[in-house]
Amino acid sequence: MSAQRELVTPSLRDKLDIRAGEDAHLVLHRATVLDPVAGIDSVHDVVIRDGRIAALASPGEADTEGAEVVEAEGLHAFPAFFDPHVHLRTPGHEHKEDVETGTRAAAAGGYCGILAMANTEPPVSTAADVSALREQARAGASVPVGFLATVTRAMAGQELTEMVELREAGALGFSDDGLPITDAGVMRRALQYQHLCGGNIALHEEDPRLSMGGAMHEGPVSAVLGIGGIPSVSESTMVARDAALAAHEKARIHVQHLSAAESVEIVRAAKAAGVQISAEASPHHLCLTDEEVRSLDPHRFKMNPPIREERDRQALIDGLRDGTVECIATDHAPHQPEEKDVPFEQAAFGVTGLETAFAALHTALVLPGVIDLHLLVERMAGGAEPFDLPRPTLAPGSEANVVLCDLGAEWTVGEDGYESRSANSWRAGKTLTGRVLMTVAAGQVAYRLRSFSLGVAA
Amino acid sequence: MKHLLSIEQLSREEIEAILDRAESFAEVGRRDIKKVPTLRGRTVVSLFYESSTRTSSSFDLAAKRLSADLVSVKAAGSSVEKGESLKDTVATLSAYDPAAIVIRHPYAGAAQMVAGWTTASVVNAGDGKHEHPSQALLDVYTLRRKLGSLEGVRIWIVGDVLHSRVARSNLIAFAKMGAEVTLCGPPTLIPRGIEQLGCAVSYTLDGIEEADVVYALRMQKERMSESFVPSLREYAACFQVGTRRLNPRQLLMHPGPVNRGVELSGEAIDSPQSLIAEQVAAGLVVRMAILYELLAGGDPSAPVAEGEGSRPTPIGTSA
Repeated sequence: MSAQRELVTPSLRDKLDIRAGEDAHLVLHRATVLDPVAGIDSVHDVVIRDGRIAALASPGEADTEGAEVVEAEGLHAFPAFFDPHVHLRTPGHEHKEDVETGTRAAAAGGYCGILAMANTEPPVSTAADVSALREQARAGASVPVGFLATVTRAMAGQELTEMVELREAGALGFSDDGLPITDAGVMRRALQYQHLCGGNIALHEEDPRLSMGGAMHEGPVSAVLGIGGIPSVSESTMVARDAALAAHEKARIHVQHLSAAESVEIVRAAKAAGVQISAEASPHHLCLTDEEVRSLDPHRFKMNPPIREERDRQALIDGLRDGTVECIATDHAPHQPEEKDVPFEQAAFGVTGLETAFAALHTALVLPGVIDLHLLVERMAGGAEPFDLPRPTLAPGSEANVVLCDLGAEWTVGEDGYESRSANSWRAGKTLTGRVLMTVAAGQVAYRLRSFSLGVAA
Repeated sequence: MKHLLSIEQLSREEIEAILDRAESFAEVGRRDIKKVPTLRGRTVVSLFYESSTRTSSSFDLAAKRLSADLVSVKAAGSSVEKGESLKDTVATLSAYDPAAIVIRHPYAGAAQMVAGWTTASVVNAGDGKHEHPSQALLDVYTLRRKLGSLEGVRIWIVGDVLHSRVARSNLIAFAKMGAEVTLCGPPTLIPRGIEQLGCAVSYTLDGIEEADVVYALRMQKERMSESFVPSLREYAACFQVGTRRLNPRQLLMHPGPVNRGVELSGEAIDSPQSLIAEQVAAGLVVRMAILYELLAGGDPSAPVAEGEGSRPTPIGTSA
């Protein structure tokens, strides 16, 4: 199948792993097609065949011979989303998530590709670790998945991993995410070594001496609650350090889950100065503030970095608008109830986000007119390029990575359970507007909403 | 009122209702037989995950004075040491069908979580550095008895505000009762943004002569190793409240236990203007009032009420 394909454009499948499946032959009939980067914004019959976008035909004029026809009038087709920041918890914490459940959650959220973080147990630090995970992905991943390896051995922050061999084994890049690389000397060596091994280095920016003992953003709310604070400067000082190191070494970095206004400003200035730096923001940081923590609900509102103040949220939105933040990343972090059913300060950091990211942002930012739909669609797929992967697109001839959405559909998060093995969704119980009906990833149907029926052409 | 989880949740009227109730229990306390049958046949669980002398003993005695059956569980020596989660411990104790669970826990929000797991009324006896509502109520009670009202009273809370649940609850309670509160301590121990609660902040004792009440907080020795203050010596030099700094008009309070010679001088503790002993005495009647309010407050037939002829009934007489 894939060997016989002749794609005119590079595909996610070239570098990521997915369970072998059947190429879809679909016609999305009269879909409103929006791909801002490719300049497509009109109604078409989207023909998906042999793993590719075979054609964007005039509405009602596609050849439906032998195809499944999806009645998509009034529905939107976008390039499927790409998430560069997911915790699949495998190996070691399969009770929270694994490759199969995590990629199913991704497919349900409209993603055609994800990158898995390496802070597993043990961390992904050797070529054998990467190979074993890629094998699992080929056996059970619903959407293409790539694996990052740690920057330092055992994430101890002291010695570099064998980064060349890891790259040869297929590591898409490097990250000690979950922990910062506190030693500036080690960080600098990793950036120097990047000139040999390639691969972006994704950074969790936090100075643990400033955030020590903290469980939420440091500000008026933490002052009232008496909960230890994680100050904005614990992030921004490290972003500044690493931007300076990247500039000095002419190396490339990707800053993960920006949360503070000061950090956004530093990334903006670094980009203006020509530093090779990219950045992501998470849906919860774009929608919530630390006011939510007054509820003391760790299931939905405890994560690291923490949700901060309104000015930080606005700065992140501004960053999305002007491209300082090129992509939205969920930092999908599954945890089991026993790790969250404890007082706020004792609870595990992290919330799940894959299944709700688009709907949450559509509801909170697009519908009230804060950002427009084009920008959201563009940023939802912006996480591929920083890791040298092709941006999902609906341009004819491209690998078929398509999400079909009903922008008017209302649904309540969690009412039908989750595809993820964990339920610590930051939107649990909320009614959202906009729902993913179907996801095509690397040419295969990765997800269909159960209640969304498909018609087959006569 | 079903639970007492924070001072923040209480209105001024609710605070006053509890304090009025406490007054009636103070009257009972002056009798030979200090026990009333109000909670006879009902169970109060006291669950302490942190050490405590005053709070735990006064809640226990309050429950006994109200004739409740009392189950006291300390984390040390219980299944908590074997790794049982708070949720499972609460489920276990809930099997006794308690009317109330009084909980102290080292982390914020613990009492609120417990309230979601049990049908019992939950009393927060201190959750991390968050709140200690019964302490605030007994402090307001003590001041109200002394001054009649807190309206316009100027109160300085001095010391380690950052790590103090007493400071948070008292600040909120004093403000609700109309007092003007100033928080005072080294900048390392005053949380950023706390002034948004409507208090003033001072990094020195300059101006403390304007205070009507000085409320000193306990200074914990471990704060030095964390670089919050360079030494107890320097802390005492800057922030110790002594008789030289107090004028005879000013009242002095402290939640206990006191580090003599650190936050307070020995003479200040023993001075006539110190209300520390009154605070401890108030702790019992206010905690009786809290249990009463939660467990019998909504029931007009409960055998304790204010007013002539319906005074709290001593046990042994008709209930």
